[in-house]
Amino acid sequence: MRMQTPDEALAIAAANGDREAFAALLSRHYDMVFGLAFRLTGLRAEAEDLAQDICCALPAKLRSYRQEARFTTWLYRVTVNAAHDRRRRAATRTKATDGWGDWEINRRAGMAEEAEAQDWLAATMRQLAPELRDTVALTLGEGLSQKEAAEVLGVSEGTIAWRMSEVKKRLRQLARAEGML
Amino acid sequence: MTDDLQRLRAGLEALPQAPDPATRAAALARAMESFDRSQGTAETVRPKSDRPARAGFLTGAREMIQKLTTRPALAMTASFAVIAVALSVYPALKNGLPRPGGVAVPASETPAGTTATPTAPALTTTAPAEIAAPPAAPLAAEDSAATGPEPGVAAQERARLAPAAREEAESAAALADAAPLGEAATGPAPLQKLRATGTESLRTPPAPAPSTILQPAPDAFAPLPEANTEAFANATASAVKIAAEDPVSTFSIDSDTASWSILRSSLANGTLPPADAVRIEEMVNYFPYDYPAPKPGAAPFRAAVNLFRTPWNENTQLLRIGIQGAQPALDARPPLNLVFLIDTSGSMQDANKLPLLKQSFRLMLPELRPEDRIALVTYAGSAGTVLPPTPATDHGAILAALDRLDAGGSTAGAEGLALAYRVAEEMGGDGRISRILLATDGDFNVGIADPEDLKAFVANKRDSGAYLSILGFGRGNLDDATMQALAQNGNGTAAYIDTLSEAQKVLVDQLSGALFPIADDVKIQIEFNPAMVAEYRLIGYETRALAREDFNNDRVDAGEIGAGHQVTALYEVTPVGSPAVLNDPLRYGTGQRSLLPQPTDDLAWLKLRYKAPGESTSRLVETPVSAIAGEADDDARFAAAIAGMGQLLTGSTYLGNWGWDDVVALANDARGDDPFGYRAEAVRLMRLAESLSR
Repeated sequence: MRMQTPDEALAIAAANGDREAFAALLSRHYDMVFGLAFRLTGLRAEAEDLAQDICCALPAKLRSYRQEARFTTWLYRVTVNAAHDRRRRAATRTKATDGWGDWEINRRAGMAEEAEAQDWLAATMRQLAPELRDTVALTLGEGLSQKEAAEVLGVSEGTIAWRMSEVKKRLRQLARAEGML
Repeated sequence: MTDDLQRLRAGLEALPQAPDPATRAAALARAMESFDRSQGTAETVRPKSDRPARAGFLTGAREMIQKLTTRPALAMTASFAVIAVALSVYPALKNGLPRPGGVAVPASETPAGTTATPTAPALTTTAPAEIAAPPAAPLAAEDSAATGPEPGVAAQERARLAPAAREEAESAAALADAAPLGEAATGPAPLQKLRATGTESLRTPPAPAPSTILQPAPDAFAPLPEANTEAFANATASAVKIAAEDPVSTFSIDSDTASWSILRSSLANGTLPPADAVRIEEMVNYFPYDYPAPKPGAAPFRAAVNLFRTPWNENTQLLRIGIQGAQPALDARPPLNLVFLIDTSGSMQDANKLPLLKQSFRLMLPELRPEDRIALVTYAGSAGTVLPPTPATDHGAILAALDRLDAGGSTAGAEGLALAYRVAEEMGGDGRISRILLATDGDFNVGIADPEDLKAFVANKRDSGAYLSILGFGRGNLDDATMQALAQNGNGTAAYIDTLSEAQKVLVDQLSGALFPIADDVKIQIEFNPAMVAEYRLIGYETRALAREDFNNDRVDAGEIGAGHQVTALYEVTPVGSPAVLNDPLRYGTGQRSLLPQPTDDLAWLKLRYKAPGESTSRLVETPVSAIAGEADDDARFAAAIAGMGQLLTGSTYLGNWGWDDVVALANDARGDDPFGYRAEAVRLMRLAESLSR
């Protein structure tokens, strides 16, 4: 029965202390949080840590959930913000750790082709400024529309459009640089 | 390139392998514990009833997510004892212990108002040295406020890497090998849109040997500059010329000051400016000097020429040409048609861009007169008129239109320019001066994006009589090269606004100079007397060099002088017989002899050409330059110090052992009156540059 209940109703119930509703909400969305965290950080361990932090903080966070946005949009925003905080904390520890950095140790042993694709992805993501990376993770990775991504990131739709054009510009530069090697 | 975008999409979509079931289960279990705990402590977390509930929820949640790293979360499940500790800690956190991380708001959302700075006293613009203006405001604080959200580390990285990118651009351009030397830098440039700009007739001085252009390919492993799309306009520094072989030097006047502000914003960010961003003439021209005013009835400007010993070389002399524009009575000034063309693309969102721009225009409004008219045109994805022509005194309507501006979308700069010129034409009227003020970070990425086409468009439009001035804002993708190109071709000036006090200098104190041209297409040509001068070199003005024959060609565009503007040019001159002569005499001689029947002891012959605004035929002013060196006054020594600073920043080879210590000492000694603290600020920046260059 719970499976039919919309996210929003579950979230309100959970905020009011419904334990089952909270459990249902979590199992429904853990994978999504983990997936976005992975795309934002590029590291499995980081993503797992981040997802767990978010889950643990969710009971408290849920109280600030007002049904102004869809629950998934809200949860995306929570995830992005948590990733930002983590990035910022990492930046104070060491300026080198900026996500998508320690790819090598994380690479799965596997087919060379796959490894190459992953290296390209890591190298590309590393070259993007954090806000572009977030935008790409949401639009390309999660398949959000520019409008949805704008809502998650709290910026205007035009800003997302501009960022995507920046990403294209950057990809062009990278491709050209690759060509020069 | 959509291929790469698809590739990125595919990579990202495929990225997360399914979460590890054990990790997932553990996370869910911990979350449930957290849920139970939150139920149990719901009442005790807010022991004070006077605390607003909503604030408690929000800040509490934020604090929690910030404090809650994995380590404590893991520890929580390790034992009940630790859970008990956690229970007592969270309430304490909620009750307002200091938060280290700050609120999780992206930096770009910082409210615009935070850059607000004290406005300096308004000044009477009737003062003779009208450039001598603004604020003794606390510059250090403003700089740091206006540097905005760009992280210092990234900025540093960019600045460090920029030269490498330029090398790449240059080598690529050189390889393309299709263009003559002078255009080599305008070729396709891969990373930064590096162009030599200048007027259409720009010629790179013939001196640099091909070897300096054909640089070795950059280190293949050098990292790319991160997302930096800034492009700067500059050309190779003028080399020493031999007066006997090449006695004539020609250049266009340049009253821009953008380079100094860009340099200041870089230094305030803790990085040395990219060498390409350093244009020495703009640095020197930033500062007010005490030049004699032109006599009534004579040319609209007056050139003062001085010769004095070079601070960095006791065997050479500096020839300073100081031009003072007339300051017409302000009451008699013609009414203005102002079209603000405002870039509202997504890249303008930062606090030091659109918000600073709005504040800057607010400062400017009270300087305008009831008969002046203002229109507001914006462009982002598309261009539109936000405010139809409105009398400048209708502050309410103008400010309301400004407030409505919001950043978003891509940048259709060309469309915006076309609309702005159309509006300016519609506003026209007898005796009115039309000027478009383009405020942008220079990122034109929709429509005509090729700067050459934009230049051609603007050059075509300038015949309509509308002037085009550029105000640059923000860093990150500042396209200084395009801005320079547009201003130079649009009969206007380019200024870069990094702080509110710079906005005051440009838009309030020097407004009449920025808006009222007194002489158009001003060119300088100087012929050195080989009997007196062995070698000479022009310091700065690389992007303004003209061919010798362009001087008399009225169809060749050049720079403007605004009301009260001051323009300074410096030559380093090596007298005949000086031990500082760099070139050996030719063994077989040059065979050239002076055409003058009698040899003279003039140092040089100085010629200036200008057009009165609106005229198409130029007038000529000429004067001999005496070879007798005099004492350098404070102005001259300060200008020399700024030129020295510029040369140190560009890595000039002509300074010998003269270094930052000497620059700072010279500038400090030559500060003179300095009522507005510009020179004190310059000394401060010199010290900063000295530390950064170590």
